[in-house]
Amino acid sequence: MAEPGNDAVIRVRDLVVGFGGAPVLDRLSLDVLRGEILGFVGASGAGKSVLMRTVIGLVPKSEGLIEVDGVDFGAAPLAARRRIERRWGILFQHGALFSSLTVLQNVQFPIREYLRLSQRLLDEVALAKLEMVGLTADVCHKYPSELSGGMIKRVALARALALDPDIVFLDEPTSGLDPIGAGDFDDLIRTLQRTLGLTVFMVTHDLDSLHTVCDRVAVLADGKVITAGPIPILLASEHPWVKSYFRGKRSRVGGARAAPEPEPNTVSRISDKIMRHQVS
Amino acid sequence: MNGEPLLEAESHGVVGGRLALFAAGTWTAERAGELERLIERVIAGHGRVDGIDIDMQRVERLDTFGAWLLERLFRGLGGGDTRIIGLAERYRALVLQARDVNHTRPAQAHVSSLTAALDLVGRTVVHIGHDIVAVIGMIGALTAALGRAVAHPSTFRFTSMVHQMDRVAWRAVPIILLITFLIGGILAQQGLFHFRQFGADVYVVDMVGILVLREVGVLMVAVMVAGRSGSSYTAEIGSMKMREEIDALRTMGFDPVDVLLLPRVLALIFAVPCLTFLGSMAALYGGGLMCWLYGGMSPEVYMSRMREAIDLLDLAVGLIKAPFMGLIIGAVASVQGLAVQGSAESLGIKTTDAVVKSIFLVILFDGVLAMFYAAIGM
Repeated sequence: MAEPGNDAVIRVRDLVVGFGGAPVLDRLSLDVLRGEILGFVGASGAGKSVLMRTVIGLVPKSEGLIEVDGVDFGAAPLAARRRIERRWGILFQHGALFSSLTVLQNVQFPIREYLRLSQRLLDEVALAKLEMVGLTADVCHKYPSELSGGMIKRVALARALALDPDIVFLDEPTSGLDPIGAGDFDDLIRTLQRTLGLTVFMVTHDLDSLHTVCDRVAVLADGKVITAGPIPILLASEHPWVKSYFRGKRSRVGGARAAPEPEPNTVSRISDKIMRHQVS
Repeated sequence: MNGEPLLEAESHGVVGGRLALFAAGTWTAERAGELERLIERVIAGHGRVDGIDIDMQRVERLDTFGAWLLERLFRGLGGGDTRIIGLAERYRALVLQARDVNHTRPAQAHVSSLTAALDLVGRTVVHIGHDIVAVIGMIGALTAALGRAVAHPSTFRFTSMVHQMDRVAWRAVPIILLITFLIGGILAQQGLFHFRQFGADVYVVDMVGILVLREVGVLMVAVMVAGRSGSSYTAEIGSMKMREEIDALRTMGFDPVDVLLLPRVLALIFAVPCLTFLGSMAALYGGGLMCWLYGGMSPEVYMSRMREAIDLLDLAVGLIKAPFMGLIIGAVASVQGLAVQGSAESLGIKTTDAVVKSIFLVILFDGVLAMFYAAIGM
């Protein structure tokens, strides 16, 4: 268990990951604190997914340290790694549901593999998980190919939560959902995080998610975490990428409320007006 | 911290219709099996009660498994007025949430085994019918596409066809040569062994020559091509269908039959006769080698005997069948590829189907043609 006063569930120190050429992640350090929702942003191709996949052990690291609850994940013996893996759940970007299993079987799969439970309890718990993510009993016997994008995400979340993990990794949980669906999904993550006491690591591009559910946001650029903290701190950041991301035209602040740039051209002024109109 | 879960009735038991229970330990996923037994024992021991007081002060950890089992206990005991005493504040939301779940059971599709068996037979028959119609439809679509390609040669994907020929013809040569060579050798060896008993060794050459040129050469090649290229066509087209690439082509105004299927099937129609010819030669060579090494027949005798035994007609009989076999394999592979649904499992099933069905159809076609050839005296 973590020492008191140092409540990082995941500690990443000086992580280097590369595929042949220049390293994608270059001496990256990051802490994920217990019980928080950490949003992780960065330009496309900056290595957000690589970091997530490295932390969960899908991509080998070249150098550095990844600690989960004080255990060096890379150096731990297999049994210890399995114990750690058992404590996290992962929601892949496209769901990664097993296409040959029904929804109910998908959720039961990790439970069945790790625990010896009666079929009745398996069914009940899997259905309970599905209901917790907002699905109903009638989807149980459907196959993933029969589900809509939003339902796939929900089932995938139910499967990620199947073993009651402490840590949940979400890879772009709201991508491909309409704004209403994305908002609902954000609420769902927030509610589940509170009820189950989860630590959530969320890779996302959705500015609304960042504003509404994330306790802290970490920004990845040039292979490093350039800044991390609650949204107000990031808004104050002077890093050009962070500035354009959080105060750009599509952001809440830049588009709707913030003062326009010193000399805005006509087009951006018009688009600002349109944005303001839509928001108000 | 991994204390055994505990659940028992307090010593005073039921007072005024209310059951007092005492819980302790970890109520989590790892212990869910033990916990379920404890809960079932309490439910079986007490039946329905008016109310429940449960002391959960000593419960160290609780997760959704524990929360659900607690809810199941309440429901099993009649779901009367429940009071939870001493549960840590952080678990309260979870216990509340467990109240809302599992009120409806998923509908189970139960059918008797006889009905299911009859249902399966019926569906299979209908399926076979659909398959035959689909293959005929595919041959029609391919012919129409060929017509369009002849009318507007510039739209034909010549590069694609050459690429496919490289894949299904040129790269298949070594394995086809090897296998047909071995088959020729085996035929000759078996013939020699049995014919020798009544001194008819020399007729082995007739048997090998006629069998290889008319039947075995083309059939072996067709089976190999179905397994090697038909399956890969189905897998390719099927995964393109799964990723909506085929739909993308359609929306851009291209007919997938023109773009994807016609070059592939034409390549197969070209490949099977070429491979049949090469394969037949390899089989005759293998047969000759076996006659020489095992039967002691000199190559000169084998050659002169072969010249008497076969003529061009035997070669023609085999080669005429070959392009049609290529067409059958290609059409079946295309039909199965386009029939792939969303799941990975379906891709596997359709790929297997493509191989099994094309081999079946190829052999059926071969049998029909054998009768036809006999009738016209070829």
